[in-house]
Amino acid sequence: MALPLEEALELYRRMLRIRFFEKKMDFLFTHGQVHGTCHFSIGQEASAVGACAAIQEDDVVMSTHRGHGHALARGLPLNNLMAELMGRVDGFCSGRGGTQHVMSWKHHFIANGITGGTAVTGTGIALAFALKKEPRVVLSFSGDGAINEGHYHETLNLAAVWKLPIIFLCENNLYAMSTHTKESMVLQDISKRVESYGMKSITIDGNDIEMVKETVSSAVQNARTGLGPVFIECKTYRFSGHSKNDLFLYRTREEEAQWLKKDPIEKYEKIIKERYGESNETFKRIHQEVEQELDAAAIFAQNSPFPPEASLLDHCWCSEGGLP
Amino acid sequence: MREITYIEAIREALTEELERDSKVFMLGEDIGTYGGAFGVSKGFVQKFGLDRIRNTPMSEAALVGVSAGCAIGGMRPIVEIMFMDFLTLCMDQLLNHAVKYHHVSNGQLKVPLVIRTAAGGGRGYGATHSQSLEPLLISIPGLKIVYPSTPYDAKGLLKASIRDNNIVIFIENKLLYATRGIVPEEEYLLPIGKAKVIQLGDDVTIITYSRYLQESIAAAKESNLSVEIVDLRSLAPLDMETISTSVKKTGKVIIIEEGCLTGGIGAEIASKVMENCFDYLDFPIQRVAAKDIPIPCSPTLEKATLPSKQDIVEALSKIKNR
Repeated sequence: MALPLEEALELYRRMLRIRFFEKKMDFLFTHGQVHGTCHFSIGQEASAVGACAAIQEDDVVMSTHRGHGHALARGLPLNNLMAELMGRVDGFCSGRGGTQHVMSWKHHFIANGITGGTAVTGTGIALAFALKKEPRVVLSFSGDGAINEGHYHETLNLAAVWKLPIIFLCENNLYAMSTHTKESMVLQDISKRVESYGMKSITIDGNDIEMVKETVSSAVQNARTGLGPVFIECKTYRFSGHSKNDLFLYRTREEEAQWLKKDPIEKYEKIIKERYGESNETFKRIHQEVEQELDAAAIFAQNSPFPPEASLLDHCWCSEGGLP
Repeated sequence: MREITYIEAIREALTEELERDSKVFMLGEDIGTYGGAFGVSKGFVQKFGLDRIRNTPMSEAALVGVSAGCAIGGMRPIVEIMFMDFLTLCMDQLLNHAVKYHHVSNGQLKVPLVIRTAAGGGRGYGATHSQSLEPLLISIPGLKIVYPSTPYDAKGLLKASIRDNNIVIFIENKLLYATRGIVPEEEYLLPIGKAKVIQLGDDVTIITYSRYLQESIAAAKESNLSVEIVDLRSLAPLDMETISTSVKKTGKVIIIEEGCLTGGIGAEIASKVMENCFDYLDFPIQRVAAKDIPIPCSPTLEKATLPSKQDIVEALSKIKNR
C-alpha cells in the first residue's frame, strides 16, 4: 500500500535536508568556518531517512564518522547540529564532539569516530533494554568498512546469542575510504557473511527509501518482540568524497555516472510525481524552504560563541553518585 | 575481629552489591557455573541467576564495549577480564569508546562501569598471563584505577568502585587471593584516590602498592632505617598529597612496582615528586621494578625478572650507606 502523500513528501524533505546540509557544510568548510574535517553522506540519504522513519522516539540510534545524515534523519535540530560541527557552545556536546562525535542523549543519538565501534556500545544499550524488560530497540548504523573489524564480528555474534533488540544497518557504499569491497572481501553481499551468526540478514537497495523503511519496520518488529537482532545491508553509493581531502583517484567517472542515475532523491521525486501527480511547484517550494532553514541554521551557528576556556576541565569525571 | 582471604573479601563485596542494587550485574568469560578462572564468582549463578551472572563468549573487546553501552543504558555492569594481559584486546573499546563518552558528550552520558581483572606474575604462567600492565592505563584520562593490597582494602574499595559513576579498573593480584587479613563484618566503603600510610618513619619513604606492600614491610624490618611506607591503593586518581607529605619529611624515596621499569608507575611518580618536592630531596629517587623483558615461564628466570624483597633491601642499603 502506498504511503499517504504527506508522508512521502516529508520523507523527501528529510532527504533533501541532509543533502543541502552537507552542501552547506562543504561551503562553510571551504570558507574556513569548520575546524577539523567532514565526512559527507551525499548519495546515502535514503538509508538514513528510511531507517529512522521506522523507529520510535525512545529507541536509540548509533551512528558513525559519517553521521550528519543519521543525526538529521533522527530529528536532531539543524541549528545545534551545525553549532556542534563548528565547535560552538550551542552544539549538543558544546563543541567537544564535532563532526564525528555528535551525541544528544535527549534524542537518543550517539555517534563516534571508530569504524564499527558504536555497534558494540549499541549492543550494550540493547542488553540494558532487555535486562530492564523495556520494549525499546537500537538502530545501529555502520559502513561496509566495519565488517572487516574484529570487534564488529564479536558484537554481531553476542547480539545473536543473546537475542538482543538491535538492528544493524550497514550502508555498503562499496568503498572503505578508498578501498573497494572487491579488494577486501570475497563475498560481495555482506549480509551473506553475517547470516552465519544465525540472525536474519538481508541485502536491499539502499537508495529506495520506501524499501528501507519497510524492511527496517519489519526488523524493528522482530527485535521488539524478542526475536533478536536483524542485519540489513543497504547497497548505496557516496557521491561525495571520503572526507575533505579526496581526489577520487580510486574510482572511475563512468562508475560515478552510473550511480548518479540512481540518485535516491531524484528517484523519489520522480516516484512522487508519477504516483500522486505532484507538480514541480511543490518540489520548488520544498527546496526553498529547506534552503531557508539552512541559511538560518548557519547564521545561528556562526553567532553561537565558542565554549569558554574555563569550561575545559568540566566533565573529566562524573561527579554524581559514588560515595555518599 | 574476623580474618578472611583477599578472594573472600572480593566475593563479599560483589555479593553485597548484587544484593543491594538490582542494576548491578556481572559478565565475563567462565564466570557462570565454573565460578570464574580464579573462583571469585563461585556459587553466584545459584544465588543470582544466569541473567545477572552472564557467561560470555571469548570476545573481550565486545565484553568491555557492551558493558559500557549497558552502563549508558542505565545498568551498572561489573565485567571480569580473566587476565590483565587480555585488556589489550579491549583497548579500543576502553580508550576510544567507554572512557570518551562522558567527557565528549559534555556530561550527557554516564558510564558507571567496573572492570575487574587479575594481574601479576609469580605463578609461572609465562609472558602472556603474568603481566602488570597498569602503566598502559594511567595515561588514559578519565579512568579510575584501583589496586588493593589487603582483604580490607579490596572489599571497601570494590564496593566504592561499584557505586562510582565513572569507569573503574579494579586490579586483583593473583598471589594475593589466598592472603588473609582482618575484615569487619559490618558494611564499610573506602574512598578511591586515597593512599594509606602503612607505617611511619623518618629516614626514607617507600611508595608501593599491591603485592609489594608485604615485601616492602619485610624488607624494612631487615634494615636499620626508619622506613615510612605508603600504599597507593589507587593509581588514578593518584594521591600526590600523601606522597608529597611523606617525601618532604624523609627526603628519600624508593618506588616499588611489579611491572617493567621503563615507563612504569615509578617513572610517573618520580617525575611528579621532582615537580612537587625537588627542594626536599636528599638522594636520587630509586625505582625497584621488573626487568624490561617478557616474563619467562621457568621458575628461576621468572624470579630473576620480577622484583624481589632482596632488591628492596639493596635499595634501602644504598640509602643507609650514603
